Amino acid sequence: MAQAKLFGSSIKRREDPRMVTGKGVYTDDVKLPGQAYAVFVRSPHAHARVRRVDLSRAKSVPGVVAAYSGKDLAQGGVNPLPCGWLLPDLKIPEYRGVATDKATFVGHAVAVVIGETPYAARDGADQVVVDYDVLPAVTDGEKAVQAGAPQIHDNAPGNVAFRWSIGDKDQTAAAIKGAARVVKQRLINHRLIPNAIEPRASMAQYNSATGELTCWITSQNPHVHRLLMAAFVLGMPEHKVRVIAPDVGGGFGSKIFVYPEEVAISWASKQLGRPVKWTAERRESFLTDAHGRDHITEAEMAVDREGKIVALRVHTNANLGSYLSTFAPLIPTFLYGPLLSGAYKIPQIYCEVVGSLTNTTPVDAYRGAGRPEATYLLERMCDLTAQAIGADVAEFRRKNLVPAAEFPYQTPVAFQYDSGNYEPALDRALQMVDYRKFRTDQAAARKQGRHLGIGFATYIEACGPAPSAVAGALGAQAGLWESAQVRVTPTGKVTVFTGSHTHGQGHETTFAQLAADRLQVPFEDVEVVHGDTAAIPFGMGTYGSRSAAVGGSAIYAAIEKIKEKGKKIAAHLLEANEADLDYADGKFQVKGSPARHKTFGDVALMAYLAHNLPKGLEPGLEATSFWDPANFVFPFGTHVAVVEVDERTGKVKLVRYVAVDDVGNVINPMIVDGMVHGGIAQGVAQALYEYAAYDESGQLQSGSMMDYALPKADDLVSYETDRTVTPSPVNPMGIKGAGETGTIASTAAVANAVMDALAPLGISHLDMPLTPARIWAAIQAGKH
Amino acid sequence: MYPASFEYHRAASVEEAVGLLTRYKDDAKLLAGGHSLIPMMKLRLAQPKHLIDIGRVGGLSGIREEGGHFAIGALATHHAVESNAAIRQKCPMLSEAAALIGDPQVRNYGTVGGSVAHADPAADWPAVMLALGAELKAVGPKGARTIKVDDFFKDLFTTALGPDEVLTEVRIPTGGHGGAAYMKHPHPASRFAVAGVAAAVTLDAGGKCTAARVGVTGVGSRAVRAKGVEAALTGKVLDAASIAAAAEKAADGIDINADLQGSVEYKAHLTRVYARRAVERAVERAKGAK
Repeated sequence: MAQAKLFGSSIKRREDPRMVTGKGVYTDDVKLPGQAYAVFVRSPHAHARVRRVDLSRAKSVPGVVAAYSGKDLAQGGVNPLPCGWLLPDLKIPEYRGVATDKATFVGHAVAVVIGETPYAARDGADQVVVDYDVLPAVTDGEKAVQAGAPQIHDNAPGNVAFRWSIGDKDQTAAAIKGAARVVKQRLINHRLIPNAIEPRASMAQYNSATGELTCWITSQNPHVHRLLMAAFVLGMPEHKVRVIAPDVGGGFGSKIFVYPEEVAISWASKQLGRPVKWTAERRESFLTDAHGRDHITEAEMAVDREGKIVALRVHTNANLGSYLSTFAPLIPTFLYGPLLSGAYKIPQIYCEVVGSLTNTTPVDAYRGAGRPEATYLLERMCDLTAQAIGADVAEFRRKNLVPAAEFPYQTPVAFQYDSGNYEPALDRALQMVDYRKFRTDQAAARKQGRHLGIGFATYIEACGPAPSAVAGALGAQAGLWESAQVRVTPTGKVTVFTGSHTHGQGHETTFAQLAADRLQVPFEDVEVVHGDTAAIPFGMGTYGSRSAAVGGSAIYAAIEKIKEKGKKIAAHLLEANEADLDYADGKFQVKGSPARHKTFGDVALMAYLAHNLPKGLEPGLEATSFWDPANFVFPFGTHVAVVEVDERTGKVKLVRYVAVDDVGNVINPMIVDGMVHGGIAQGVAQALYEYAAYDESGQLQSGSMMDYALPKADDLVSYETDRTVTPSPVNPMGIKGAGETGTIASTAAVANAVMDALAPLGISHLDMPLTPARIWAAIQAGKH
Repeated sequence: MYPASFEYHRAASVEEAVGLLTRYKDDAKLLAGGHSLIPMMKLRLAQPKHLIDIGRVGGLSGIREEGGHFAIGALATHHAVESNAAIRQKCPMLSEAAALIGDPQVRNYGTVGGSVAHADPAADWPAVMLALGAELKAVGPKGARTIKVDDFFKDLFTTALGPDEVLTEVRIPTGGHGGAAYMKHPHPASRFAVAGVAAAVTLDAGGKCTAARVGVTGVGSRAVRAKGVEAALTGKVLDAASIAAAAEKAADGIDINADLQGSVEYKAHLTRVYARRAVERAVERAKGAK
């Protein structure tokens, strides 16, 4: 009974009353006696030698407690920020979070001022005098690796951090040579800025009596923060550092990484013997949160006479920014190349990637992280190819989908897809959008000079990373398992300690649902604890849509241990054989005679009373599990966008959006819907609005909410969503992942729809964002 | 986020505000709704040493209808204009333009007078005021004066107001313009006007245009009248063809700034498109009014 009610039920999020009534506790809400405030002085230049940092005037400003330059930190033992993913022959520039001798992007910190109040700290920062020798800058990834470009780091000649490839180069070349038709396109996947609603923040408190450092950090993975920051950057014993990531208001990946600010204030707290707090101003978020995407790609798709794809060849320049952020090398390589098979059977794929260094903010994982880039490329190429051979875009996709009978499916680019049934999702989407009718309406509208368009993305996604051994072989400097501890109290209440982190995902609800369902106890009897290294077992945190598939499986496994032990106790109390007991309705009961039973509460109480336990069994009822997944999980689906383009202004109006996703089994449909909705909004925004624009000198031109166009409610439509269900065999609950699907599919679907609308005007491809100005200019160019 | 330190003065009257302005001159800034000034202070792009808050000066926030005018107090919020029943009925362009400003929070705090005096080159009000032939009442050390809107917007963030003057009222004729409409292409992030056009036309019984005023905002360094459009409309029977022809002149003479939102050509084109749309709507209204 409990089973059906909890798992798969749209229970309202229990965290919401706290959030929406202002009772959440975010990092900036943490207040400690004697706390001081940090303000960072940042380079206004994209590339400049730092000749001298004069802190004397700043230090004399009333209320300023201290001021430090990058050299002060370096001499004080602060190490460069580490890179957590290594590739063969990777060039890692020494990333001094507070620059010592060179600033390499606008926003690079050059000094930090600590004040009694944020006002005093800001006043002090205004008085820091920095002598810069401004150097030529380069912001474009392709230009950066050309001869004659400004050299940014001595140890990365030609501004190349890595060259990486996947797939069979020769076989792919041969397949392309023998193909009936080859379609080539240059595609730019432009840079984005994450914009979590809560800016990054941190508070550090060093206790000189105990030698312990406590940090509150807006982190998606507090243990990873502790490991990297304490051991590698600050050289502190890991067990003396506690990282708390309390309520965190969104991350989209940007809060995975170790940043200069939490490191600097931790060090400063130790110097000053008092707590130091830093909260980003929004303009700092724009300049310093790791950016996303930024690829320039040359792609070729080859098909045979029947319109089957025979090969895909891709060359990508991935702009990594001026330093390697924590997981930067991973995103445009293993989270990109292996995704290029998409939902399709493509015999030969070859992808090579040049990781370029530029005078821009470092780039790292941003919602989807590599997978939206791959999906955009592949889905645009499908449309261009279908168009070239005169095929219908939906039928071209259908013809090339991996057939349901071929799972598990091995792609030519490393991944083995766990499970899939792609065609029903496509069919359902076509039915929901009424594709045939749309084409009729479109033809009629075209006669009236109206430009309607439809776009598809039959995507896959790879999430829930990953088998740790595989990740390690590919360069990960971390395991990618997840932990859970389940503690039962003597009264039968349950606390779940998860290594996953929630910053909007709703784990407090979904994990409680999952645990209550498995234990068949009331939902209210389960509490979920996360985000504090002093409370939870070592955990890997939340990214890559892994929390339910990996973190949830760890909870599942821990609960199995609880039930096993409980059964031992119950069998002993009932004087029955363990094998004769069932666990049903929250009771251990003798098969066939349910009257003979012990409730979960009875067993929990006895576990702690320990008055009558089986011989040799330890008291207590708690269990810990570390779940290392056997594979990624591969959600999929079909998204369809319908747009109308105003030829007069170039403005795109989103008319409809249909999403059919398959994320395996679903714990809470409402929460999954919410994630899909948010993801779609973010992906639509990349296609139409958002753009991190740098000018030639390296100034970020879209560095504020007045300039950077996050979508508003009236830019979007009410989404029409549905799901198919193909459980994953990778984990015991058959869960895939839902956190990023919307972002991965929607950018391509919308871009394809706009191109479909513009087709009669002789336009086959435009790079995003598809702004009115860009579309209008293309229409004008087509007229001449 | 954290402004530089400043002295805060709460003026109890216009005279007191004028006195403080006279005393502190360029070191002082007037604070009304604060929705332009405070963000600039938080970024330290504005660092006034003296902030003179006129937000509680009595009698400046009302909207009255008197002598063929709407007298809108400088402290009337955008929302007050948006929701005023008489304005909605007699000059719907005003309430429609108000509804296009920012979001509800901004409209509940931001003031008409503050926006007009700030003279942001992409603000909505300046184009609307130009089209409606507004008059702006200011009080200075020598007393009150009235400035015609045509003489008001001088340059980027620069108006005809003297450093010691306080804008107290915006006066807008209730009649005289048969129909008026404001249309804009909003900036996707800020929702300010990339190009905004306000048009007011008066038609005679035969449908001939006897007067036209067209204000353009967003594309240049200040809001201006599109006199070429006005001249092309005046004296004509306004149909689709004559409106389209007139709208072609909407960007003439404007020194257009290119930016991320578009090239000079695109913005000039947008100005023409929105001029046509605004005039068409204004004409519909003028005809409906008859």
